[in-house]
Amino acid sequence: MSAEQPKIAIEEVYKVFGPDAASVMDRVRDGIGKEQLLEETGHTIGLRNISLDVQQGETFVVMGLSGSGKSTLIRHLNRLIEPTGGRILIDGDDVLKMNEEQLLDLRRHKMSMVFQRFALLPHKTVLENAAYGLELAGVKREEAHERAARQIDLVGLAGFEQQYPRQLSGGMQQRVGLARALATDAEILLMDEAFSALDPLIRTDMQDQLLDLQSTLHKTIVFITHDLDEALRIGDHIAILKDGELRQFGTPEEILLHPADDYVTRFVQDVNRGRVVTVGSIASQPPTLRLDQASFKLARERMTEAESDVVYVLDGHGRLAGVVTRELLEQARSEDDDWWRQREHYADAPATEMDTVIEKMLPMVDHSDIPVAVVDENGRFLGAVSRHTAISALAKSPDELRADAREGAAATQGVGEATA
Amino acid sequence: MADAYFPQIINARELRLTIDHSFNWVVANFGEQLELAFLPVLKMLLAIQNFLLWLPWYVVILAVCAMGWFATKNWKVSLGFAAMLFLTGAVGLWEPTMATIALMVTATVIAIIIGIPLGITMSRSNRFQSVMLPILDIMQTMPIFVYLIPFVMLFGPGKIPALLSTLVFALPPVIRLTNLGIRQVDSEVMEAVTSFGATPRQRLLTAQMPLAMPTIMAGINQTTMLALSMVVIAALIGGGGLGYQVLQGIQRLEISRGLMAGIAIVFLAIIFDRIAQAYGRRMQQHLNLGG
Repeated sequence: MSAEQPKIAIEEVYKVFGPDAASVMDRVRDGIGKEQLLEETGHTIGLRNISLDVQQGETFVVMGLSGSGKSTLIRHLNRLIEPTGGRILIDGDDVLKMNEEQLLDLRRHKMSMVFQRFALLPHKTVLENAAYGLELAGVKREEAHERAARQIDLVGLAGFEQQYPRQLSGGMQQRVGLARALATDAEILLMDEAFSALDPLIRTDMQDQLLDLQSTLHKTIVFITHDLDEALRIGDHIAILKDGELRQFGTPEEILLHPADDYVTRFVQDVNRGRVVTVGSIASQPPTLRLDQASFKLARERMTEAESDVVYVLDGHGRLAGVVTRELLEQARSEDDDWWRQREHYADAPATEMDTVIEKMLPMVDHSDIPVAVVDENGRFLGAVSRHTAISALAKSPDELRADAREGAAATQGVGEATA
Repeated sequence: MADAYFPQIINARELRLTIDHSFNWVVANFGEQLELAFLPVLKMLLAIQNFLLWLPWYVVILAVCAMGWFATKNWKVSLGFAAMLFLTGAVGLWEPTMATIALMVTATVIAIIIGIPLGITMSRSNRFQSVMLPILDIMQTMPIFVYLIPFVMLFGPGKIPALLSTLVFALPPVIRLTNLGIRQVDSEVMEAVTSFGATPRQRLLTAQMPLAMPTIMAGINQTTMLALSMVVIAALIGGGGLGYQVLQGIQRLEISRGLMAGIAIVFLAIIFDRIAQAYGRRMQQHLNLGG
């Protein structure tokens, strides 16, 4: 962890539900089982010893099935639910020590929340709903409406300001919920299963929109979901909860490649890898030619050597100049090596960066047998991924993928060195 | 068998005497003050009644007709209201009809002023709710005559005891439905409102009251109907109005007088019920959660 102060620090937080929660805390700290506690005292453990740091500007996903305590945890952050034990620090301030006034200030200016079933006020128009947080904070009506209108525009609902929520579809209602949360300019956005009630297609749209907004707004987002695909797609870090306990914490690729226990492994098996596995982790080293050394003879040798039908041509800086297929070589009218100096003779090579996920890469090779070239931000060639490699990566188990990842990393590194 | 008789555990006769004496003592010592305390209410009732009688009859009919149109947006229905009111006047019952409307409106206004705050308090405190619910049950199930006579003893026959016994009977629905309406507001909406930093007062005014309004309106409607159903009994202790006409019909065995006053009461019930319901429905439409 960096030495920088985390935006939100959750420290050893416990939540026990029941008539006299404080009285059983000692036994909970000693690690009494959930069933035993319920049977002997009538108390239920909601969260047990959760410690997490959320960094400024990241999207932090808390993932778990129903009953895992994820919704309880997010409600601790703005004290819609009071924790039984532990500390919650926001920019170093202990939320649990805040008085009524400080808490209102926190809710009005620092944090805003988006809800699973939208939770809009049905008697207010879209504009009034979006302006709601501002009006509570005492912003003048005119200014509040103006600021709210900007957010409505931002989420793509311009023109619907005077409609009532019930006149809108679920996806549109949630956009209003998002506009309402953005309108207060809060630095922290709490999203409680915000997209779970939406149809799959709309859900993907909303995820895209959130990623899009986040790339310009850089809010600190705490996102709750029961959908690992969603978690992997939007999360910078993911915490997996089960029965109120933290099972694993890490980046999406860490979770996918190194599941901490059987529970996480079972989840990971059903994941759509196409959204998570990057081309960088499965790229291999195809034959290459330096532009100034290129010749028909060398090209044929390299192809045969690598059992490949293509050869990538690189310029003096290791940047991709193009790709030549066996077919192109045969079509060439003469064997004069001047042929190589004319770039229009090369085929276009689809190229992408290391962190592109397979799902985004596959359409590039939809109608072509030429593997996608992987390049760095300066356009230097690192490796290539064929359609076949990408598709087989989608079907692999975490163990196989892990082994491949090691090889792939070695391969791309090799290319980098060769062209340097 | 000896056990066929319930054993005398306390001296019940003594107890009854004590209750009667203490009530008599209250009547003797505080009757006048109580009557004075309720004078503003009586003045309000008489002001409404006199105002209705001061207005030209056709203005009253036009006003009811207009209210009907605003509520239902239906010309036929609002013309029907006008025709009903016209008929009551045509059979010579204009004055008692206005007196009954005045009693009903006063009772409803007081019920709203007392009932809505009580309902709000109930919705906020489970303890207060558990105290109030049995009291409301008692108010609605206690036979009316049990408190009718004490009211007469306290205030003497007249409009005030009539109004108070009407209130006891008609107050519970508005309290119950205010409480219910607020408790039924979607908990996620309340969480959202809280999460944006609403104070308890802001929560009440911006979310709970507007969202509970259709239910509260249903309570007010029930209250007016119960108030109307009390007019005959209220007439027994000096409530006057259409109830008095019904009583006279009974006493003099004039079936026609009782019937006409009875029909007039039914007309009033229809008019007020339809207007209140249509208004409530329109509010509901606006608030419909749709989703």
